[in-house]
Amino acid sequence: MAKKSIGPVRREFVPWENSDHPPFIEFRNVTKKFGEFVAVRNLSLKIYEKEFFALLGGSGCGKTTLMRMLAGFETPTSGQIFLDGQDLAGIPPYRRPSNMMFQSYALFPHMNVEKNIAFGLKQDSMPAQDIEARVSEMLRLTKLEQFAQRKPHQLSGGQRQRVALARSLAKRPKVLLLDEPLGALDRKLREETQFELMNLQEELEMTFLIVTHDQEEAMTVADRIAVMDKGELVQVATPAEIYEAPNSKFVADFIGDVNLIEAKVTEKSDAGTRLVSVVDGFVIDSEQETEAGLGETVWYAIRPEKVRIAQGRREEGQVNQIDGLVWDIAYLGDVSCIHSKVGEDDHDTIRATFANISRMVENPITWDDEVVLSFDRDAGVILKG
Amino acid sequence: MSEQTATPAKRTIGGKLLIAMPYLWLLVFFLAPFLIVFKISLSQIAVSIPPYSPAIDLAEGWQGLVEAFREFSFENYIWLTEDALYWKSYVSSVVIAAISTLFTLLIGYPIAYGMARSPQAWRPTLLMLVILPFWTSFLIRVYAWIGILKNEGLLNQFLMMLGLIDEPLVILNTNIAVYIGIVYSYLPFLVLPLYASLERLDGSLLEAAEDLGCPPWKAFWKITVPLSLPGVIAGCFLVFIPAVGEFVIPDLLGGSNTLMIGKTLWVEFFNNRDWPVSSAVAVILLMILVIPIVLFQNQQQKMSEKEG
Repeated sequence: MAKKSIGPVRREFVPWENSDHPPFIEFRNVTKKFGEFVAVRNLSLKIYEKEFFALLGGSGCGKTTLMRMLAGFETPTSGQIFLDGQDLAGIPPYRRPSNMMFQSYALFPHMNVEKNIAFGLKQDSMPAQDIEARVSEMLRLTKLEQFAQRKPHQLSGGQRQRVALARSLAKRPKVLLLDEPLGALDRKLREETQFELMNLQEELEMTFLIVTHDQEEAMTVADRIAVMDKGELVQVATPAEIYEAPNSKFVADFIGDVNLIEAKVTEKSDAGTRLVSVVDGFVIDSEQETEAGLGETVWYAIRPEKVRIAQGRREEGQVNQIDGLVWDIAYLGDVSCIHSKVGEDDHDTIRATFANISRMVENPITWDDEVVLSFDRDAGVILKG
Repeated sequence: MSEQTATPAKRTIGGKLLIAMPYLWLLVFFLAPFLIVFKISLSQIAVSIPPYSPAIDLAEGWQGLVEAFREFSFENYIWLTEDALYWKSYVSSVVIAAISTLFTLLIGYPIAYGMARSPQAWRPTLLMLVILPFWTSFLIRVYAWIGILKNEGLLNQFLMMLGLIDEPLVILNTNIAVYIGIVYSYLPFLVLPLYASLERLDGSLLEAAEDLGCPPWKAFWKITVPLSLPGVIAGCFLVFIPAVGEFVIPDLLGGSNTLMIGKTLWVEFFNNRDWPVSSAVAVILLMILVIPIVLFQNQQQKMSEKEG
């Protein structure tokens, strides 16, 4: 049997699977309160050297606060932060070996591109010719050579973003902190820049920590993602694990599109679990074992692209098949998404998406068609409430 | 097509009228009085009403106008260069204004900085406090300083009570009192533009500087000061320009040896009743002030271009 893995393998880099591997950055029981508001709640997290790590969450989830504590702009209310074995408590931002790329870029408006990039190097009283060499290297790396003498206000958004990146990389920090670095760019440029970031990270062999609310961005660039909610980590895993094996209803719902089906456990065995939909009574057979007891209500999360859709009615007695009625069709170009009504209520629908692999479709599915929705035993995930 | 071109044309007529308004204002209330003053400065003192000749009498018609023009001379201006009092007054005025401006900046910068860095909720109140003195007459506030600075005044009483001095300091009727008066009176004019430019300063710039290894005190000099320079320049001009021509403060607080052109002008006009010479003094004062005013305008223009 072929080796199975969750999602594609990006690179052979899995230090987190080895419990002896020393972490490069460690948050140990960190709590941060702003008055009564708890921004970060008793959070522990390990990040490894040369890792590209993403903090992902909605606004106000505490991801930026966590990064700002690492940079030194906020002090933890309790707990410790270690970087390369050193406790960061009491070390001011200007003596920390990390550099940050700000969401607003925070370029110095009275200095040209060259001076902006050289600013950090000058603080270290580096010899002038070394500064010059490093600046021209950074200009080359970020393709900004012909803009060296320009002031920030004479640059486009994309160019400013690259200056900010060059400035934060110039000092060769132990960790580069990226605070929503691509938020201000348009979609095309953002996607390009994501790959540039990944290449840079590999080339410079640095540890990158990115804060973002954009799940696609996090999934594209990161080795591991920490999904945050209300100041706590919900799940820390690779992008594929986060997507294919979410550990909670929150993560399943937050990342990508998902059908969440409320179901009761009816059978448990070594071969897997059987569930019955609470609302519509169809049977789900999963190879996953669950801690939930018999009769307990759980959620079955299945991604729309893992639901097959075909015209017709289901075969009697078959599991993982549901009769539906086409309710809505969204044609998105690359994929189509079909909402099928599986119960009495108009909102009781299951979404199925499929790639539009050919231009011409014979006998296409259309509104009010009777369809059968089916899926494999390993297609979905059982989640406790 | 024709409609498209018609609309901007209509607008320009309205626009021109709008633009003409301030020019008209300047013409009536600045240029015309200036020309009258300039004309008087070319006349001679005379015992008559008005106290100079020639006085243009339109009843004499064109001939009279031509004759009057023949009598005009620059004698008063030559007189200004001959008597050392005048150029000494000018130089002394500029020096006093410059020193006062420097002190105003040294006191005003921390005030503006503190205001810009204070919690958002406090700022309107602080701004209000800066403007508050304007609710009392300028003259009365300067008079009040006499009560504070005189030998048996509040300041001396306070210092003697503390035992810091045995006999009263002589401050009133010296240049020091003039400096205090100017700094006090013009402080809001420096604080307001400076506060505006400091408040606009993006806090993340300072964080970025610190993140790149720059301690906060150094970041102040490398980031805050250069970026607040437009505010500093605007504020300094707003103090320096009126301070040069200041009359009330040196008259009330200064001593007999405080030489300022505003005072010289007053004496020339009211005591000597020499309208032509005092007019010449005023014209030269205006000429001297035109230089910093033009510089100020240039700087403002540059700033607005940069931001645009």
